[in-house]
Amino acid sequence: MILEIKDASFGYAKRTVLRNISFKVASGEFFCLLGPNGVGKTTLFKSILGFIDVKGGEITLDGENIRKWSKPRLAKAIGYVPQAHTPPFPYTVLDVILMGRMAHLGLFSSPSRDDIKIAEESLETLSISFLKNMIYTEISGGERQMVLIARAITQKPQLLILDEPTSNLDYGNQVRVLLEIKKLSDEGIGVVMTSHFPNHAFLCSSKVALLNKNGFEVGTTDELITEANMRDTYGINVKIAKLADDRGVNIRSCVPLAN
Amino acid sequence: MTPKAVNDKGIKNNDVAADARPKARVRKSGLVLVILFIVLIVVFLWSFTVGRFAVPLPELMTVFFRKMLGLPATWSDTTETVLFNIRIPRIIVALIIGAALSASGAAYQGLFRNPMVSPDILGASAGAGFGAAMAILMSAGAITIQLAAFACGIIAVMLTYLVSRLIGKSNNSVLILVLTGMVVSSLFSAFISLAKYTADPNNKLPEIAYWLMGGLTSITAKNVMLMLVPFVIGIVPILLLRYKLNALAFGEEEAQALGVDTKKIRFIYIICATLLTASSVAAGGMIGWVGLVIPHLARMLVGPNLKYMLPASILLGGAYLLLIDDISRTFFTVEIPLSILTAIVGAPFFIYLLVKGRNSWT
Repeated sequence: MILEIKDASFGYAKRTVLRNISFKVASGEFFCLLGPNGVGKTTLFKSILGFIDVKGGEITLDGENIRKWSKPRLAKAIGYVPQAHTPPFPYTVLDVILMGRMAHLGLFSSPSRDDIKIAEESLETLSISFLKNMIYTEISGGERQMVLIARAITQKPQLLILDEPTSNLDYGNQVRVLLEIKKLSDEGIGVVMTSHFPNHAFLCSSKVALLNKNGFEVGTTDELITEANMRDTYGINVKIAKLADDRGVNIRSCVPLAN
Repeated sequence: MTPKAVNDKGIKNNDVAADARPKARVRKSGLVLVILFIVLIVVFLWSFTVGRFAVPLPELMTVFFRKMLGLPATWSDTTETVLFNIRIPRIIVALIIGAALSASGAAYQGLFRNPMVSPDILGASAGAGFGAAMAILMSAGAITIQLAAFACGIIAVMLTYLVSRLIGKSNNSVLILVLTGMVVSSLFSAFISLAKYTADPNNKLPEIAYWLMGGLTSITAKNVMLMLVPFVIGIVPILLLRYKLNALAFGEEEAQALGVDTKKIRFIYIICATLLTASSVAAGGMIGWVGLVIPHLARMLVGPNLKYMLPASILLGGAYLLLIDDISRTFFTVEIPLSILTAIVGAPFFIYLLVKGRNSWT
């Protein structure tokens, strides 16, 4: 499965936020979108997910324009992991994850035993089976985020879109959530994710897109996450440190500077 | 201060975070539904045996079976009249109104992602009340009053929907819909006051006032037929589509990403809930609290999953309003208007639910 954005413009009724955006994401790729607040990352995501109409150009999946696709058809292809928030009703974790099967159910049906089995597999994949019968509104933010990822993979999409899945998480949970997403991408799901941390891209991305006032650029982490680019994008000075881990593998880290 | 909580000497303290895990819960929602159904049947049968012209259960069974088999009557004409012209229509209407208001309350709470929403949120009740008040002003008969109320209830919600579409276009449509509903509601409430103000204080004014307070005193078989049609048309889609409505608890966009056509679902639910609410108010007057309290109670019993919660609301709502109506016609020599009883019973009960459900819902 290949998601392709062709020369597309995004925005709302009276305001175009992004112009002439083009990029491709294939199955198994981990695509990380970096950019400052308010630059239009969420608008881009909302357009891919069909919440708002594209203003120009087109978005295709395997060459087919998705503009006219029905909601269930789109949901079977693209799964969405929003930032974890608390719904007004105390659903159980299993209830929440089963909602990932909605696109596969008939209009009048509810989940069957098979659907429950698929949901339980997702829980196991992410090693959170112990949450199954807990109340979604009572578990921690990190656990809620994992549940939303489980819900998205229960949807069995070929592409996952994650909107800052690590915001509101503690340091350990940020890395744990990212590594789980990375594992999914290694298993063949295409991943498109936004993040506020260049280090997240170093940790798992195969491709990076940098979105700032100079425009939109796609490349590898090495090409794009440079000291100059970070200064241009975020307006701060950083040092990109190159180190080796205990096994001698090269790793890099983006460290903000105090001066 | 307990010594365990002190941790200033680098002591590793594992007791600090103990008991922080929420507990796992497994509920038997299917079983609860069966119990609620049995409760409903018991209340239904009991309702025949209370009040003036009470019909004891054995006699009720005799009448029922002999009617079914076409055998000649062994009971008095009075029993026949009371049973078929008064008691059965009234019991059925009480059941339907309770079920309808609870179902639309549950649907709206899911639709608007807010547990504080009741069925009159989009103006159906105020509109229906106005229709009834106008019909009473024009000295219309009971059937005309019911029809006028129903029509005006529908018109009020249509007005809300159209105005909100004009204002909202696509952005934030739920919030605009609710706010427009408040505006339309208060507009129609003002119209009701106007109708009261111009009404003859000797006969029309009290009639309007009593009608608005709600009651099933004058219900006949004709009224039942009149409200049965919108009830069936309204309740069937609400029940069929109920699982999909769960997704909306997570918001419009997430629901879409899960593969739910939110615009279509919302439109269908608004139409159905409006049919239910308008037909209920048209038949029984403005009966508050049921549509707010019963979905909460149902959620406590079977959890928020609408697959179970909606049927539970319907069963509970039917039994609840039937019980309230039984109280209304038996406890005092004069019938107490239903809206007064539902408020007196409902308000403290709601407080109880809030206190009990403060941290969870068990």
